[in-house]
Amino acid sequence: MIVELGHYALVLALALALFNSFVPIWGIAARDERLMATAPSAALVQFAFIAAAFAALVYAHVTSDFSVLNVVENSHSAKPLVYKIAGVWGNHEGSMLLWVLILATFGALVAGARRSMPPDFHAAVLGVQSWISAAFLLFILLTSNPFTRLANPPLEGIDLNPLLQDPGLAIHPPLLYFGYVGLSISFSFAAGALICRRIDAVWARLVRPWTLLAWMFLTLGIAMGSYWSYYTLGWGGFWFWDPVENASLMPWLAATALLHSAAVMEKREALKIWTIFLAILAFSLSLIGTFLVRSGVLTSVHAFANDPRRGVFILLILVFFIGGSLALFAARANDLKPGGFFAPVSREGALVLNNLLLSTACATVFVGTLYPLALEATTGEKISVGAPFFNATFVPVFLPLFFLMPIGQMLAWKRGDLLGAAQRLVVAALAGVAAVLIFAALHGGPVVSILIGGLAIFAIVGAFTDLYGRIFAEGIDGSFRRALGLPRSVWGTAFAHAGLAVTLLGLAATGWGVEKIMVITPGDIVQVGPYELVVENFGAEQGPNYTAKFAHVGIRSGGAEIGAINPAMRYYPVREMSRAEAGIATIGLGQIYVSITDSGAANGKTFDARFYWKPLVVLIWCGALVMAFGGLLSLSDRRLRIGVARRLRFAAAPQAAE
Amino acid sequence: MTRKKKRLALILSALIVLGGGAGLVLYALRDNIVFFYAPSEVFAKDLAPGTRIRIGGLVKQGSVVHDGTTVHFVVTDGKKDLPVTYSGALPDLFREGQGMVADGVIEIGGMTATEVLAKHDERYMPREVADALKKRGLWQEGKDGKMTGAMAPQAAPQVAK
Repeated sequence: MIVELGHYALVLALALALFNSFVPIWGIAARDERLMATAPSAALVQFAFIAAAFAALVYAHVTSDFSVLNVVENSHSAKPLVYKIAGVWGNHEGSMLLWVLILATFGALVAGARRSMPPDFHAAVLGVQSWISAAFLLFILLTSNPFTRLANPPLEGIDLNPLLQDPGLAIHPPLLYFGYVGLSISFSFAAGALICRRIDAVWARLVRPWTLLAWMFLTLGIAMGSYWSYYTLGWGGFWFWDPVENASLMPWLAATALLHSAAVMEKREALKIWTIFLAILAFSLSLIGTFLVRSGVLTSVHAFANDPRRGVFILLILVFFIGGSLALFAARANDLKPGGFFAPVSREGALVLNNLLLSTACATVFVGTLYPLALEATTGEKISVGAPFFNATFVPVFLPLFFLMPIGQMLAWKRGDLLGAAQRLVVAALAGVAAVLIFAALHGGPVVSILIGGLAIFAIVGAFTDLYGRIFAEGIDGSFRRALGLPRSVWGTAFAHAGLAVTLLGLAATGWGVEKIMVITPGDIVQVGPYELVVENFGAEQGPNYTAKFAHVGIRSGGAEIGAINPAMRYYPVREMSRAEAGIATIGLGQIYVSITDSGAANGKTFDARFYWKPLVVLIWCGALVMAFGGLLSLSDRRLRIGVARRLRFAAAPQAAE
Repeated sequence: MTRKKKRLALILSALIVLGGGAGLVLYALRDNIVFFYAPSEVFAKDLAPGTRIRIGGLVKQGSVVHDGTTVHFVVTDGKKDLPVTYSGALPDLFREGQGMVADGVIEIGGMTATEVLAKHDERYMPREVADALKKRGLWQEGKDGKMTGAMAPQAAPQVAK
């Protein structure tokens, strides 16, 4: 019964989405405030219905209702509760439901933020948001209904893919979807601005916090996914240039570019055309990502069981939204007047360069991801584009950003002083050179790692140089007061830039890692980097829905035992699948990583094992946390939230007059 | 600087960055991509030793020989067999009779793999492998693609002899 109610709620949500797709827009055209004012309540009720549908599916999974196909295919009564809940979005249908739930959540948040926006713009944003919502609700109801019942329910389900039975599943998809789907707000804002002809600094100020919110989630989601694949796939890699990973990286690059160009638009009314275009592009890339994952055109860890109808449907959605928004963009071309000019050496100039590099980097990823598909479709030749391609294209385009970030922060708006900026960065440059020397002395090579490590240190110190200068401008007295008095968005910028550089340092350090692959038996001692690993004994263990064989490995440093890990091999009988559970010990900022596989030949007497010492590897993901923290600081900046939006003119905005 | 000059500077820097990016992409597409072949295509194309390729097919039954951490096995597409040597730990789902993909370098009379990937799921076969096998006529679709796994986990897409 509850399942049917969930299905019904979804249908009602679709009806509301369709209502909201037309009525508010009609209200704008007819200048009827009452029609426009229906949008927020419809968006809120739509959210409530989708939340109810989602709750119904969670209920079916938690109670192991095997009369529901989705539960049968992805659950098992012996599965731990956390995976019964997370398993809701561990499959195509359920994850689409999560997708629209998050879409509706953002719709509800925008609905609640009506006071900060002119009413016609607010109605237009909610209208556009409802178009997206309606398209995806139709997609779910027509091709991917999670509530399908079975006439002859089996007694037991076939369990969730063991690779997905991991805490990562509870965190990674929701974070990533909040990022992906959050960009729909930037898109709706862009479309709304085009519809209402409100393309100005106020718009840029309104769109920034939403983009920032989505960007933070996207950053965390990508980092979480990377860490998950690092510890679960058993070969210690954290980024594979897998098309689906690229599909999340492209919107991230576009959203990062959008944050920076919106800053120019807000401060200087310049780059208007480009900013609107980026807002459209960022969400279009999210949609392309959704298409790549769902349509079955790709082979990947992330690909879902596919059905050609779904691919065609998403392709139609893609064409409709990307084509439609670009057509709207073209139709309003006359309103898009280029804004103020600026000297090439200026904050704006630096941000333009940032945008050029980010969008070019995004384009290289786009080519590397879609070229193999295009080639196969046209010539039938199959190629694989992997790390070598991206190292040769993406990396050289992206690295200059680390040189530019500190310099850009130093430059004044309108006209900057490059020499002055360089002089103020002497300390950062010296820190970078010192780091190069220290890394060279410690590790000896490889040269690339040492140089990139130095670049990262330069960018970290450089990110805070401007702040340091401002805080200690008049000596130590009152420095604390001045630090608190600085705008939080300035702090946010510094942390976000430093966070990216922290990640770079972690990436550079991969060159100093040690890897050993060998057959192990109890009693073996393996020297990995500065540590000795002692294979003490093998054991077996019974989990709730799996059996595991593990190796108990002690970690010694200079003869003293400092820890122990149990890398394991889990076997899930329901799906007859096994999965490695790596043993990871974090020592300082580095990690000892051991994974074992049962070659089958040795009958449990030996294991094939991979041993890694990965110095500073933790920084890769810590950097993302620092970036998101920077985003949070910026988001908490009062000026960003209200400031101009209240002060500046809202011709037809009675609510904003308070 | 005049407006015109500023605009010119903007356009020039855009051209430099975009042009540079395009150049890198074209260069990398020439040197850094790897073609995917089935074993019979490797023989048909008569690839020179040293060529980097990606191979896909089934691990031939009874062909896996462990020699310390080095593994020898034969990849087949039903028509031709390609011996592969690989040093390192194999993925968890590497099994005889199952689909796999390997990256590596052509040697005389075989291939040395640098990386071996197996399918991720009992229900799923690397698409490249599936396509290559379909071309050879060795592939049979599961009766009901979606539910094959549900009632009979092993009744995944099968290869007929």
